[in-house]
Amino acid sequence: MHIDIHTGLDSPKGNWWKPAHRSEKTWVVIAFAWCMVLFAMMPLWHWKGGQNPSGIRRRVEPAAFYKRTLEFTNQYKVGDDRGMPIVAPPPGADIYLTAMAFQWTPILKLQKGKEYILHLSSLDVNHGFSLYPININFQVVPGYDYGLRVTPNAAGDFRIICNEFCGIGHHTMVGRVIVEDSSTAPVAAAAGDLQ
Amino acid sequence: MSAPIVPASAIGPATGVPAGTRFTVCPFTGRRLDEVALSLTRWNAVTSIVALLVGAIAAVLIVLTRWQAVHLLPAVWFYRILGVHGMSMLIFFIIFFEMAVLHFTSTALLNARNVAPKTSWFAYGLMLLGALMVEYLMWAGKADVLFTSYVPLRAHPLFYLGVILFAVGALIVTGVFFANLAIAKRERTYEGSMPLVVYGAMTAAIIAAITLVHGAMIYIPTFLWSLGLMEVDPQVYRLLWWALGHSSQQINVAAMVAIWYMLGALTVGAVVLNEKISRSAFVLYILFISLASAHHLLVDPGMGSAWKIVNTSYFMYMAVLASLLHGFTVPAGMELGMRLRGYTNGMFDWLRRAPWGDPGFSSLVLSIVVFGFIGGITGVTIGTEQINIIVHNTLRSPGHFHATVVSGTAMAFMGLTYYLIPLVFRKKVALWSLAKLQPYIFAGGMVIFTISMTFAGTFGVPRRHWDISFSQAPFDVAFSPAVDMFLALVALGGVTAATGAFIFIAIAVKSVFFGEALGEVVPLSNMRGVPQGLTHPPKHSADVDERWERMHGPEAGWMGPAPGTLVLVFVFLAAFMLYFFVNWKVLSFVWRIG
Repeated sequence: MHIDIHTGLDSPKGNWWKPAHRSEKTWVVIAFAWCMVLFAMMPLWHWKGGQNPSGIRRRVEPAAFYKRTLEFTNQYKVGDDRGMPIVAPPPGADIYLTAMAFQWTPILKLQKGKEYILHLSSLDVNHGFSLYPININFQVVPGYDYGLRVTPNAAGDFRIICNEFCGIGHHTMVGRVIVEDSSTAPVAAAAGDLQ
Repeated sequence: MSAPIVPASAIGPATGVPAGTRFTVCPFTGRRLDEVALSLTRWNAVTSIVALLVGAIAAVLIVLTRWQAVHLLPAVWFYRILGVHGMSMLIFFIIFFEMAVLHFTSTALLNARNVAPKTSWFAYGLMLLGALMVEYLMWAGKADVLFTSYVPLRAHPLFYLGVILFAVGALIVTGVFFANLAIAKRERTYEGSMPLVVYGAMTAAIIAAITLVHGAMIYIPTFLWSLGLMEVDPQVYRLLWWALGHSSQQINVAAMVAIWYMLGALTVGAVVLNEKISRSAFVLYILFISLASAHHLLVDPGMGSAWKIVNTSYFMYMAVLASLLHGFTVPAGMELGMRLRGYTNGMFDWLRRAPWGDPGFSSLVLSIVVFGFIGGITGVTIGTEQINIIVHNTLRSPGHFHATVVSGTAMAFMGLTYYLIPLVFRKKVALWSLAKLQPYIFAGGMVIFTISMTFAGTFGVPRRHWDISFSQAPFDVAFSPAVDMFLALVALGGVTAATGAFIFIAIAVKSVFFGEALGEVVPLSNMRGVPQGLTHPPKHSADVDERWERMHGPEAGWMGPAPGTLVLVFVFLAAFMLYFFVNWKVLSFVWRIG
C-alpha cells in the first residue's frame, strides 16, 4: 500500500511533510494573491475612496455631550416638527446628534454638497445610526463621541433608524434629516407636511 | 486507506490503563472505543439536540414575526425569543455538540481512553447547570439583553453567572481533551502523527481555550457590574465581548472543517491530498483568527483605521487563506478518493456518481457549498472596513452568519449525526426516507433564507427589529415594496429550514430513544437506516498505488489529481471577486463620509 494514501481518520506514517502537487501550489499562490487584494483595498480606499469610517474619536461624558447638543440646537434652531426642534447649521459646522432610548435629537437640516462634522453619541445604552434610505450605518456608544465628516450628495427627506437593540421601544426610535439643494428651491417636505 | 481491522486483543493491554476502564470494539473499523467517552459523546449530543429544538421553535416564531403580514409575536416576546434563539443555537446547541466531537475524536480516533471520567462528567454538569440558568432567566424575562448583552443594557446577575459556569465547564472539557491526547501519545495507542481529523479538533480546542479566556475577561467584570460592584466601559465591553463572540465562531469553523474531513473519509473514502497543506491551514486559523473579533467594531467610535485594517484583515487575511485552502483540499480529497475507487471518467463523473442518497454525504456537500459560496464570500466582503458602513446591523449580518454557522457548521453536525447514530448509539437511523431528504430541505430553506435576508439588508432593513412598518414611530419610514417580498421569502426560507431542523430532531430522537438496534450490518446490501458509508465502505481499487502515481504524474497535466475541484474553485473565486467589487461600487454611491 502506498504511504501517501490515507484518509483524515488515519495517522499518516513517517514523514508527511511532502511537497504538494503543482495544481495545489497554483491554488495556494492564487488564493494568497487574492487575500492580498482583499487587504490592499482597505488602505487604497482611504487614499482614493470617499467613504471611510475613520472620523474623529474621543471620550465624552454623556451629560456633557447632551449639553453641547442642546446649545447647538438653540443656536441654529429654525422650527420644529411635533415638538422636535429642526436645526439648520451652516456648512462646515460641527453638528450634534444625541441618541437616547427611544429618540434621536434634534432634526437636522443640511445642504446638499456641503461638508459637516456630524458628532454622534448616546446618553444611555448602545444605539445604531442607520440613515434611511442611503444605508449608512454607525455604532453609537455611550461615553464616546464619533465625529464624522459627511457630505450629502442628494436632497431629500431622510430617516435615522436605530438598528442596535436598545430596549423594548427600540423599533419606535426614528429620527429625521432634511437635505436641501441650496441651488434650487427648498425641499417641499417642510415641517408640517410629513405624516 | 483506513486502518487495518484488528481485534482488540491485538492492540494489547496498554500500560497504565486503570482497571475500571471498559472498552468495546467498533464492528466497522476494529477501533477500540472507551465506554465512558462514548457515554459522554452521547449525553453531550443529546443535550445539544434538545437545545436545537428550543432554538428551532424560537426561529419559527421570529421569522413569522418579521414577516410583516403575519407579525406573530408582541414586541416584548419578540426580543425575548430572539435572545433565546441566539443563546440556544450559537452557544448551547453548537458547543454541546463540539464537546461531543472533542470527547469522540480524542478517544475513538486514537484507540485511546478518557483519562478523567469524573472531571468530564463534572464539566458536563457545570455546563448543563449554566445553560439551564441562562434559559430560565431568558424565558422569565429577566435577561432581555439579546445575545450580545451589550453593557449598559442590564440582565439579572445570575444570567451572567450562568454563562460563566457554562464557559468554565467547556474550558474543563477542553483541558480533558488535551489530557486525552497527551496520555494517548504516552500510551502509544496510535502510530505516527495524529490523524488530520483529530488535528483539526485540536485546532478547535486551542481556539476554544483562547476564546474562553476572553469570555472570562469580559463576563466576570460584567457579572460584578450587574451586582453594582464595578464599572464596565461600553466600548471595552464590545471589544472583549467580540473577542469571545467571534473567536467562538472560529471554533465552529475549525470543528466544521475537521468534520468535513471526517465525513469525506466515511462517505466516499476521501484521502488527504497533502498533510502539509491541510495542517498548515489549521495552524493559520490558530495564529490569525483571534483578531477576527475586530470586524464587529468597524464602525465603532473607539478604534482608529490602522487598528481596524490590521485586525479585520486577520492580519493580511491569513485566516481567510486557510479557509480557501480547505475549500480546495476537502473537495479535492473527495474527488481523489472517488477516482481511486474507479470513478475516473471525465471531469465530474466522480461527483455525479457520488452517494447523493446518503444524508451524511449530501449534508457534507451542501455544508461546503453554502458555507463557501454564501457564508464565506459575504463574510469576507462585509468584514471589510469600509463596506461595513453599508452593512453594519442590517439584515445582511444575520444573512451572512446563518450561511456560515447554520448552513455550514450546523449542517456538518447534522451530517455527522447520521453516522454517530449507528457508530456511537448503535442504532439504525429512524425515518430513513425522510433522513435522505432532510439535508436538501434544510439547505434549500437556508439558501432562500440567507439570500433574502442579504437582499433585505441592502435596502437598509435593520436586524433585531420588531416592526419595520414603524407604526408607533414619530416619523414614517417607507421601505420599498421589494422589502415586503424579501421578508416574506425570509419567512418562507426560515420555516422550510426549521422544518428541516424539526425532521432532523425527530430522526435523532426516534433513533436514539425508540430506535431499532443496529444489529449486523451486511456489507454491500441496501439497508434501511444504515448510511451508505457503512454498508458500502469506501474501498479504494486494488491498483490504487498505480492510479495515485498516474494521477500525480506528468501525464495528468498541470491540473493534477483533482481537475474537477480545480474548475469548481475557480468558479468560486470568480463569484467571490464579482461580489466583492460590486460591493465597493455600491459603497461609492453613498454620501462622502469619513
